[in-house]
Amino acid sequence: MHHMTLTELAKGLKAGDFSSRELTTSLLDRIERLDGEINSFVTVTRDQALAAADTADQARAKGESRPLAGLPLAIKDIFCTQGIRTSCGSKMLDNFQAPYNATVVEKLRAAGMISLGKTNMDEFAMGSSNENSFYGPVKNPWDRTAVPGGSSGGSAAAVAAGFAPAALGTDTGGSIRQPAAFCGITGLKPTYGRVSRYGMVAFASSLDQGGPMARSAEDCAHLLGAIAGHDLRDSTSVARVVPDYLAELDAPLDGLKIGLPKEYFGDGLDAEVESAIREAIRVYESLGAKVCEVSLPHTHLAVPAYYVIAPAEASSNLSRYDGVRFGHRCDNPVDLEDLYKRSRAEGFGDEVKRRILIGTHTLSEGFFDAYYRKAQQVRRLIRQDFMDAFEEVDVLMGPAAPTPAFDLGAKKDPVSMYLQDIYTIAINLAGIPGISVPAGFAGKRPIGLQILGQHFAEGQLLNVAHQFQQATDWHRRHPTDQETT
Amino acid sequence: MAIEHADVLRAAHLARLGLNSDAEAAGYVDDLTRILEMVDRLQAVDTDGIAPLSHPLDTTQRLRPDEVTETNQRDAFQACAPETADGLYLVPRVVE
Repeated sequence: MHHMTLTELAKGLKAGDFSSRELTTSLLDRIERLDGEINSFVTVTRDQALAAADTADQARAKGESRPLAGLPLAIKDIFCTQGIRTSCGSKMLDNFQAPYNATVVEKLRAAGMISLGKTNMDEFAMGSSNENSFYGPVKNPWDRTAVPGGSSGGSAAAVAAGFAPAALGTDTGGSIRQPAAFCGITGLKPTYGRVSRYGMVAFASSLDQGGPMARSAEDCAHLLGAIAGHDLRDSTSVARVVPDYLAELDAPLDGLKIGLPKEYFGDGLDAEVESAIREAIRVYESLGAKVCEVSLPHTHLAVPAYYVIAPAEASSNLSRYDGVRFGHRCDNPVDLEDLYKRSRAEGFGDEVKRRILIGTHTLSEGFFDAYYRKAQQVRRLIRQDFMDAFEEVDVLMGPAAPTPAFDLGAKKDPVSMYLQDIYTIAINLAGIPGISVPAGFAGKRPIGLQILGQHFAEGQLLNVAHQFQQATDWHRRHPTDQETT
Repeated sequence: MAIEHADVLRAAHLARLGLNSDAEAAGYVDDLTRILEMVDRLQAVDTDGIAPLSHPLDTTQRLRPDEVTETNQRDAFQACAPETADGLYLVPRVVE
C-alpha cells in the first residue's frame, strides 16, 4: 500500500481491506525504517497521527463517509501547526510552536485527513535543491546522489519514497512543480489567491501559493477541492466558487489547443528532457489535441524580475524575526541593536541572508525605481505574454525544468541555481496555475511535463493531466526500496 | 549597476543583519554583484508607460467593517516568546 494513490487507498478503507490505523502505522514504520537516509521529514507526529487515525476509524464504523477521511498526508514545514514545531527549515524557527493552525491544515483536518508530520524544505522556501535546510539536504529517492528539487523537496521525496501518499507544498517560483518533476510525482501550483495563505510562513507574499503534491492528477483534484476557497483571514484569497474538480477530470481532449512556447525549448534545455516532453506532446496529439508553437517574448526577463521582487518582499516579510516575539534569540545581547543583529545573524542561513541583502539594497533610497519599480513593470509585460498566448490556445506545455535532477552539491553559484527555475518562475509572476506531471526518465532520474493554464483554470489543468495519466503509466512508476535506501 | 562593499554594509545595517567579518561581507559583495548583473538585463527593456504590477490579479485590498473580531490571546501568543514578564516582551534596556 506504500505506492497506492489516495483514490485507491480511499477505496481500500471503504471496503474494509485495512483500517486507517493500519495504513497510518505502516507508513510511520516505513518512515522510521527508511527516512534516515532520505531526510524528507523534519518532524514525525506519530502519536497525533495514530490518534487521528483512530478517530477516523471510529467515525467510519458509525457510518460517516467523507471522501478523504482516514487518509494520511505530509505537510511542508512552512504551514503552521498548533502545538507542533513549524521550523520553515530554519534555525530561526527551530524552537517555534505556532499558536494556531494554517487554514489549509484546518481544512484538511475537517476533511478527516491525517498528518504524518512536517517535511523538510529549503530555509524559508528559498532554494531549488533542498540543500538550504537547517536540517540538512533531502536526497532524491530515485537516486540518492541527486537533489529532490526545492523548495518543497521533503514533500516531493516523501511521496516518491512511499512514505506518504500525498503532501502539501508551496510554490513561490517553482517550489511545487520543480521538485514534483525531479521526484516523478504530480504537483499543482494553483492560481494566486485560490488557496488561503493564512498560517503559511510568508516568503514573497505576491507570489506564494500552497498546493497539492501527489501520485496522480486525480489525487491533486481531491486535495485542491479540500484546500481551495475564500478565507476571511487572507485578504488576498479570492472569493470565487470552488468548482468540483473531480467532475471535470473525464472531459475528452478532442480539439484541445496546446501551445508550445518556443522560449521553453531553446538553449540550455537538456536533450533527454526535450525528447521526453516532445513524446508527451505526441501522446496529446493522439488524444485529439491540436499543437502549435507560441511565443512568450519576455521569458528571458522572468528570472531577473523575480530576483528583485521576491527578495524585496522577503526582506520585508523576514523583518518580523527580531529575537523578541518568537524565534531564535542570541545570548546576552548588550543592547537592542545587538539583539536584532546577532539573533538574525545566528538564526538565518546563507541563502536567506543573501536574499535579505538583495531585497534591502534594491528597496533602499536611490535604487528603488531602477530595480523594484522596473521589475514590477516587467512583471506586467510577462503576465501579458501569457494572456496573449491564451487568446490563441487553451493550455501551454513544456518542461518543468531544463534538466533532470542535478547532483547534490553540483550548483555552488547562486545564479546558476536561480536559472534552474527558468520555466517555472514566470508563472508565479503572472499568477496563473501550473501542474507538473511525470513524463519519462533520463536514466534513473524523472522528467516532468509542465502544463499551464489561465487564471482559475485548475479544473482544466487537472483534466488535461488526468487524461495523460489515463494514457501513460509514468506516474505509476516508483523507486525500488533498494534505490531509496 | 555595480554594488560596493559599503552598499552591502549599509543594507546589512538597514536589515539589522549582523555580519561576522569583512570576509563574510566580501563574499556577499561577490554574490550580489553576480546576481545584480543578471538582474540588470531589466534595464534594457523599454517600460515607459507600463504600470507596475504589484498583484497578479490586479485587485486591491478588500476592506472589512471596523469591528473587533479577535479575542485576546496574549498568553498563547507569548508562549513562544524568548522572554516575557507580566505579559510584556523583555528586551535590553533602551532608555538609560
